[in-house]
Amino acid sequence: MAGIIGWGAYIPKYRITAEEIALVNNDNANAIKAGLGLTEKSVPGKDEDTITISHAATKNAILRAGIKTKEIGSIYIGSESHPYAVKPSSSIVGDAIDLGNDYMAVDTEFACKAGSATIQFNMGFVDSKMINYGLSIGADTSQAEPGNALEYSAAAGGAAFVIGKNEEAIATIDYTCSFTSDTPDFWRRAMQPYPSHAGRFTGEPAYFKHVVGATKMILEKTKMEMKDFKYVVFHMPNGKFPERVAKIFGVTKEQLEPGLIVKKIGNTYSGSALLGLTCVLDIAKPGDKILMTSYGSGSGSDSFILTCTEKIVGAQKKALTTQDYVDRKEYLTYSKYRKHMETIH
Amino acid sequence: MFRESPIIRWRNYSDRYKLSGHKCTKCGANYFEKKGMCVCGNLIFSEMFFSGNGKIVSFTKIHSGPSVFEEQSPYCVAIIDLEEGARITAQIVDCKYDELKIGLGVEAVFRKLYKSGEKGIIHYGTKFRLKL
Ligand SMILES: [Zn+2]
Repeated sequence: MAGIIGWGAYIPKYRITAEEIALVNNDNANAIKAGLGLTEKSVPGKDEDTITISHAATKNAILRAGIKTKEIGSIYIGSESHPYAVKPSSSIVGDAIDLGNDYMAVDTEFACKAGSATIQFNMGFVDSKMINYGLSIGADTSQAEPGNALEYSAAAGGAAFVIGKNEEAIATIDYTCSFTSDTPDFWRRAMQPYPSHAGRFTGEPAYFKHVVGATKMILEKTKMEMKDFKYVVFHMPNGKFPERVAKIFGVTKEQLEPGLIVKKIGNTYSGSALLGLTCVLDIAKPGDKILMTSYGSGSGSDSFILTCTEKIVGAQKKALTTQDYVDRKEYLTYSKYRKHMETIH
Repeated sequence: MFRESPIIRWRNYSDRYKLSGHKCTKCGANYFEKKGMCVCGNLIFSEMFFSGNGKIVSFTKIHSGPSVFEEQSPYCVAIIDLEEGARITAQIVDCKYDELKIGLGVEAVFRKLYKSGEKGIIHYGTKFRLKL
């Protein structure tokens, strides 16, 4: 099977606190923070979007992979905020990182799991020897209607992975499977600037059914148990949902907390579970096993089991870590935040 | 002035996206802009890529720039000496004007430059930030 050769994170510098949003929306900030399990979120710069975020994360992934960009045979970018409705993000990033012309590219969309699904694509291409290396990227500058509850969590960020042969991997991907169904929990119609959601329905029949379903499926198929994993990452629409899934499976705080990046930067949608994974890869040791389950509304979850190799140690220092980006921050007022978000359209 | 043809911009993708430049085949001097002749008198150049690392030579803050940059205003612009020898002017992002100093190290980032109205092409290219 294929594995991860390099990984990279990127989170924009700007932040807005739940207090600042609550002040404008006449909400109780403490109740919001307790309910969502987060205190602030990342906000893109006025000149940042899914394409620039993907580019920055990819640069870090290539630094860690230590390969020439011309050796990369594919680039797939998953997002629900591709800047164009028609015109790929992937070819722009491909050109900007100098992939040449001999590569496959496409943009994907499956709410928040559009990025994790591209890891599965590249595993197939590498295993079938159609390519040596492929880029899998998940990034978003997620939108929330002013005044909507989503405004507290909809954040910006992304992660990129170079997928290649197991022999070169910093982490082998031992197994992957998906749990999919038609579920109307969250959507955005064509030409609409903001998504709509089905309120409480986004919980039990949507997020929990699929994340728990995919995680159970992968444990059964691989005959593994939760205690086999050093780190566990679940998609993070807020700080509370992954903790509830952890409770169902008996995942400990030590297993979950290192990847629980939502508490510091909010929900980065297609980047969410993947940034949880980059947090963990930044600190993992050879032999550590990782379980990650993403979630995309509409709905589906991709589950992965990884084992870190000796090569991870050298790669960790080759680029900025996820934590480096978490620590780099400048707070915005609500009015400045709206100005940043307006430039997205 | 800005001309709105996406084709004219497309011809510059290599230097805008990847900081490609021109190396004199005789003395090795690097240029960002295409030159007819090198200072050494040589007329032949080969393609090279700048690393994106450089130092601030001078800087200013633009409050009222060209209309296409309006949504990014105010923004900082600096003259930068690139590591490989060329000098360019570019926007400095993710920092306040007060943080800028002559001699500070900068690194290239890929950002949105401007949009051609509501329906046109989104233009991307290289800007710089203080070295992380
Ligand atoms: Zn010369």
